[in-house]
Amino acid sequence: MKEETVIKVEGLTKVFGDFTAVNKISFHVRKGEIFGFLGANGAGKTTAMKMLIGISSPSSGSANVAGFDVYTQTEDIKKSIGYMSQKFALYDDLTVKENIRFFGGIYGLSKNRISQKSNLLIEELGLEKVAHSLVGSLPLGWKQKIAFSVSLLHDPKIVFLDEPTGGVDPITRRQFWEMIYKAANNGTTIFVTTHYMDEAEYCDRVSIMVDGNIEALDTPKNLKTHFGSDSMNDVFLKLARS
Amino acid sequence: MSIRIDHISKSYGKVNALDDISIQVDPGELFGLIGPDGAGKTTLFRILTTLLLPDHGSASVAGYDIIADFKAIRKQVGYMPGRFSLYQDLTVEENLRFFATIFGTTIAENYDLIRDIYVQIEPFKNRRAGKLSGGMKQKLALSCALIHKPKVLFLDEPTTGVDPVSRKEFWEMLKRLQAKGITILVSTPYMDEAALCDRIALIQDGRILEIDTPKAIVEHYPKPIFDVGAHNTYLLIEKLNAYVHKHSVFPFGEYIHYTDQRDGFDPLELRAYLKNEGLQNIHIERTKATIEDTFMELAKQ
Repeated sequence: MKEETVIKVEGLTKVFGDFTAVNKISFHVRKGEIFGFLGANGAGKTTAMKMLIGISSPSSGSANVAGFDVYTQTEDIKKSIGYMSQKFALYDDLTVKENIRFFGGIYGLSKNRISQKSNLLIEELGLEKVAHSLVGSLPLGWKQKIAFSVSLLHDPKIVFLDEPTGGVDPITRRQFWEMIYKAANNGTTIFVTTHYMDEAEYCDRVSIMVDGNIEALDTPKNLKTHFGSDSMNDVFLKLARS
Repeated sequence: MSIRIDHISKSYGKVNALDDISIQVDPGELFGLIGPDGAGKTTLFRILTTLLLPDHGSASVAGYDIIADFKAIRKQVGYMPGRFSLYQDLTVEENLRFFATIFGTTIAENYDLIRDIYVQIEPFKNRRAGKLSGGMKQKLALSCALIHKPKVLFLDEPTTGVDPVSRKEFWEMLKRLQAKGITILVSTPYMDEAALCDRIALIQDGRILEIDTPKAIVEHYPKPIFDVGAHNTYLLIEKLNAYVHKHSVFPFGEYIHYTDQRDGFDPLELRAYLKNEGLQNIHIERTKATIEDTFMELAKQ
């Protein structure tokens, strides 16, 4: 079986003045893979992610996301991906339904499709009682689960998740990951950053960035074997502290 | 007693932010409030630092009552709020000098206490606070909270959103401060940090689930717990959740943590079931409960 590659990055670089934030990184991500993108604060993760989602132009190198070029086809990239982060997910002063309608509209879904998707999403997450409540009044964990579902509304090929579970309670955090597994199982590629090292273990493969470079990239199991560690936390500390 | 919290309740409209909370923290203790977003941790910090009045109950800090002696408390405590609290357009040094002056002291007078932390950001002392990286902001905020040599230090989620390396360094700093006799009340949503505290309170939805040492809390876990792995994690979770005898199924790093409803659970039976459901490379092994297992078990009830 030929495996389809949905993200191809070769020598991708971003320079700000005399500071190299991202230094010639290269990697491929397969369709349906859960790819963990780890690194310390300031290692260059956010800068790299911004280039991949088409909102920041690289200084050099190449990258192809969902079949589109990050220099010339950024609008096509934006249509083919979903995005959510801890900081930006949903509008607090719109209701759950209004948020779904808004994002559905942004992604160009038809009215019928939006209403169909909206009902499905509300049923799957058991949100019947809060469908007309303001998102701002809901617990953080619920918001993040809704935001993830909303990022999948337009059936994107890839979803970028930037620290999606920060501060979320442990049970909801796991329910969130079950949703991620389900999406990946349906063929959606997941590109995720996290500071929870147990979540790094849930990924198919993990890359670890240190000072703009990708210092390690493999399955969690191989990384642990390679570094003689019993946890991803230990692998991370060994790499980022050296 | 360094901090005494006696049946404190606080609600905002219909929401019970804190529901009859009682905690006692010994002098020199490193005490952790462990709970997710919305548990009520920040409300409790604001009450103890005299910034918010409780609806019911009483509390004292360093021997002073939070209502009658609120001015005395403010001189005795250091508080690092969860959101970055410094002046973005003052430099690193100006921020520190500002906090020292407010408390009627100087940087030089208490430099000993902050030296370990401050030396790491001193090279950037002329940089505006707003231009610092997350880890550096955190170190400056801690220096500012310490500059008047407080007896009790309140740290509200100092490590949220911080990478594992900086988090580890931060906890090493806290241990050194504790060795200097400062009582520390710290909150965190990271369960792995709980193990670094002398005692912890697990807190959710304004209620305390349990208070004890991290070791005792883990030992109280009521059931044998098993690591389960297989070739396809998604399918494994689905099949474990569908198993009639399951008590709990939670992903935990490389494996799924599984507990069974029955007392005389036989792992071979589970293995046979999973095999029958089409799973391969099945791994089942007894493991130890963690703080997070305990938290989830208590939160479920």
